[in-house]
Amino acid sequence: MSAGVDEQEQANPGVQRGPGNDLRLVSLSKQFGAFTAVNDLTLTVPAGSFFALLGPSGCGKTTTLRMVAGLEAPTAGDIFLGGQDVTRLRPYKRPVNTVFQNYALFPHLSVAENVAFGLKRRGRKKVDAEVARLLDLVELGDRGRRRPQELSGGQQQRVALARALINEPEVLLLDEPLGALDLKLRRQMQIELKRIQTEVGLTFVHVTHDQEEAMTMADTVAVMNAGVIEQMGPPGELYDNPATTFVANFLGQSNLVAGHVTRMRDDLVEVDVEGTTVLASRTRSHADSGAVWVGVRPEKVFLDSSGQTRDHGINVVRAGRICDVSYTGVSTQYLVRMPWGQELTVFEQNTGARELFRVGACVDLGWRAEHTFVLDAAQDAHAGVEYEDLGT
Amino acid sequence: MTATLVRAGRWVTGHLVMFVALLVLFYMFLPIMVVVLMSFDDTADVAYQFNGFTLANWSDPCSSYGMCDAVAKSLQIGLLATVGATLLGTLMAFAMARHHFRGRSIANVGIFLPMASPEIVMGSSLLALFVSAGFAGQLGFATILIAHIMFCLSFVVVAVKARLSGMDNGLEQAAMDLYANEWQTFWRVTFPLVFPGIVGAALLAFSLSFDDYIITNLVAGQSQTFPMYVWGVSRREIPPQINVIGTAMLLVSILVVVMAEVVRRGRNRA
Repeated sequence: MSAGVDEQEQANPGVQRGPGNDLRLVSLSKQFGAFTAVNDLTLTVPAGSFFALLGPSGCGKTTTLRMVAGLEAPTAGDIFLGGQDVTRLRPYKRPVNTVFQNYALFPHLSVAENVAFGLKRRGRKKVDAEVARLLDLVELGDRGRRRPQELSGGQQQRVALARALINEPEVLLLDEPLGALDLKLRRQMQIELKRIQTEVGLTFVHVTHDQEEAMTMADTVAVMNAGVIEQMGPPGELYDNPATTFVANFLGQSNLVAGHVTRMRDDLVEVDVEGTTVLASRTRSHADSGAVWVGVRPEKVFLDSSGQTRDHGINVVRAGRICDVSYTGVSTQYLVRMPWGQELTVFEQNTGARELFRVGACVDLGWRAEHTFVLDAAQDAHAGVEYEDLGT
Repeated sequence: MTATLVRAGRWVTGHLVMFVALLVLFYMFLPIMVVVLMSFDDTADVAYQFNGFTLANWSDPCSSYGMCDAVAKSLQIGLLATVGATLLGTLMAFAMARHHFRGRSIANVGIFLPMASPEIVMGSSLLALFVSAGFAGQLGFATILIAHIMFCLSFVVVAVKARLSGMDNGLEQAAMDLYANEWQTFWRVTFPLVFPGIVGAALLAFSLSFDDYIITNLVAGQSQTFPMYVWGVSRREIPPQINVIGTAMLLVSILVVVMAEVVRRGRNRA
């Protein structure tokens, strides 16, 4: 082995470091043979933000990440970091580091040597203090001499994180880094990741298929489907105001009912749903005429016994019949069969204010106009549904 | 009484696997024990009979005429063939495991052929090749070396390729992601991970080369390797010094295995 020989050829990241370097993808496309993995993607990740690329498997999110890392060459389009075009730079010339899904820790090196790898390749001689600081940050200060394979999955994940963070990259890419962990550990690591991101202030781009993970951690979520971004924004905005049926179904659950727009008022849209007029605010209407999907989130709906509707609902649809009750402790999930045959979902907190409805009970459904969203009926009402069930 | 018998019976059936294992080990090591024992025999004869104990064979193994020259030749050829076959074979294994090229599947089959074909066939065809190429007068060290590199190569390729295909190339991507260029990635990540496979392949190549008689005998001309020497003298009488060499080889291999194990354990503890 030629120890020392390679030390002379220090990799030299080609981009000036410093704050304020946004990551910009411009018309980025990637094709594998006839398959289009990423299709004309344009987006900006602001410096210092926690950005989540959310989508089902095969939607192109990991490919996008790998193109940013330089491990995949785009078929078309450009990648900018700050002002500089990094599209054609070799991976080791980019101030970008990745936490891989399977961690990809070097089995022949100790934990500390793994963490020191990036610094040493850039010609730093004294790395011990820095390595110790990073291992402390991920709470593995006493494991530096171990081999990665002697650590648990959660610990390996943190080594992978420390190994990437130590280089203080402009952008840290996280490729489903929590996918292999069990639920409890994953929740713990989500909080941890968010804490570290806030502490070090780097730009994180996090790829995941777990909508809850994306929403709890990210400042901005981009929902990706079939190689394109369906919608992008802060988690709350995406959840409350989905622009497509895919987003409505993939991010949480939605009740989508067919209707058609009857009238536009100043800031409200009137939609006829099976003979009942339903109001929606115009800011949440993504279609303004003709056939539409009227949507409402299950937890935004109130249930009342038929004929006893109180005034908390502006929109009321009547004469539903409870056909399934599932009690989950903190809440109860009802399936309500409507007179037109569709089953709607309602989540109710178990506040104890009223007894649970039983199967067969006749109920009215009420919800506020501002919780209603209107989507173009040209889309499939079930887009994104099956993925939601797979996600955890 | 019956209870004792039953208990004894249980003990025997419970340890049956161990008994069988010991028997098998005994069966495997008995011939080697004979070699070790005979290295202390004081007279040369054909019968492999222990006549009396002496340390003379060990203090002067080269006293048997021509043997040490043969051993030296075998060691030279073995080392050179190992270096040549390991170098070429490792490069071939990388090419075949990492790259897709026209004729890769044919190459994959081709590499198995020398392992599958009988040595006598390979030996005679090599001899025919050398003779028809005009080397009939110069058979010797060089032709033996060429032949040995040839038949060791397949084993090296197969061993290294197995190691490579078990390796995640995500590790190399991770290295590139962590600012290691192609050269650094190879020496810092790929090579250390494939190294155990290469060492294993080299050891295998050396023992194959040191051991070979059939092919060597056909392409050796006037040269004599250790196996050829043993065959030659064994028809008259077997000098006990041969057993000294045999025992020394055994000790060296045990030493190598023990050292490898010590290194492995030390590394795991660190």
